Amino acid sequence: MVVTCEQVWHELSNYLDGEVSPEVRVAMDEHLRGCQKCSAVLDGTRNVIGLYGEDRMFEPPQGFSQRLHKRLEENMPRQRGTAFGWMVAVAAALLIVGSFEIGDSSAFVGPQLRSEHAQPGTGVPPEMMVVVAEDGKLFHAGAGCPLLHDKAHLRTMTTSEARREGYTPCVRCMKQYLNESAGLEKDDDDDGEFASSASVGK
Amino acid sequence: MEEESRILAEVAAAHDVVISVLQWGVMPEEAISVENRAERLNEEMLIRRIRDGEHELFYELIRPYERRVYSTAFAILRNEADAEDVAQEAILKAFKHIRQFRAEARFSTWLIQITVNEARMRRRKEHVEIMQPIVDHQDDEGNYVPRDFADWREIPSETLERSEVRQKLAEALASLGQKYREVFVLRDMQHLSIEETAKTLGVSTASVKTRLLRARLMLRDLLAPGLGGSWSSKLSFAKGTKPW
Repeated sequence: MVVTCEQVWHELSNYLDGEVSPEVRVAMDEHLRGCQKCSAVLDGTRNVIGLYGEDRMFEPPQGFSQRLHKRLEENMPRQRGTAFGWMVAVAAALLIVGSFEIGDSSAFVGPQLRSEHAQPGTGVPPEMMVVVAEDGKLFHAGAGCPLLHDKAHLRTMTTSEARREGYTPCVRCMKQYLNESAGLEKDDDDDGEFASSASVGK
Repeated sequence: MEEESRILAEVAAAHDVVISVLQWGVMPEEAISVENRAERLNEEMLIRRIRDGEHELFYELIRPYERRVYSTAFAILRNEADAEDVAQEAILKAFKHIRQFRAEARFSTWLIQITVNEARMRRRKEHVEIMQPIVDHQDDEGNYVPRDFADWREIPSETLERSEVRQKLAEALASLGQKYREVFVLRDMQHLSIEETAKTLGVSTASVKTRLLRARLMLRDLLAPGLGGSWSSKLSFAKGTKPW
């Protein structure tokens, strides 16, 4: 295969890009070896591509990058945190709220009970007014409870306040009160359900 | 999360290959492609994080391309102020539409495509061609015949440090017709493939090849020592002298 100068010029660009068939490439190589004109054109074109392909051909003006970043900054939405950041924040908030809830619940880490044998009772309304003796360990439904001994130093408070101070429900009067409230028959048996969850200290 | 794990695994694999390249020695081409792959995966990761709200990472993503965006805009618009404004617009648009970026394309190609569109819009808006192109009347079909056959004395890339050399090259490029200039800028300055260039400009690959041939030959003529290239002898690196 023999190629002319015109054919070489026509395929020069494809030749430089490796876009010609092996046959054409061989024919062009052969032509270029013997043709000073075409090899001058080839060398020059290759040089042109090399020069313009350099990164520093067009230098951005001084301060270009700073001005670009400033404009980007002005147009970026205000930083509202990442998805991960949001998850951390929500988890932290839940922990705080949860700790308050848990702290409020006497079923968890309540105050030190005044009797080491006592257990906090269940089902007692938190706002119910009860009576406690200063040196006692139980809170009572009323001052008439036979298990309330030190009647000279009585205080009244809500059951939740009494719990916070370490008092536990009286197995006699509080159980009776709760049974009546629930419409159950009067039962003096101390071995009932309530008694099993709150033992008398003394 | 699965996608993130996949990317991390690929980054780790690319890292392993780099280590094996260092330990055992691999062909440079392979090493380069591994490096490119690692860079691309890093870009993918950055883009995901930006989409997830870490907007400040966008600065890191575009840093390697700021200069390329500017030079593309400048080569098309031939005006420093317009080029800077269009470069900013293009990068801002890339940020706002980062969710539309498809991972199968290179981020740099996508960014250059946005820049070309922005530059074209700016030119249409102003519809003022300050410099009349010298060769726009020539169509793609006619054969271009080189005008100068003098021995080409290579212009070394080191001379680009000299502003008068850059100025001369810029003038030569600016004198090309728009369609030749755009193809040359994308293909030979921004190193897009023929297919990417065709897609960006909305023309066929055959048109890209024809325009590219003309652009290259015209530039060679403009810079050749016997014709427009007589400037080179004034810069004292014509035949027989070696100023560099």
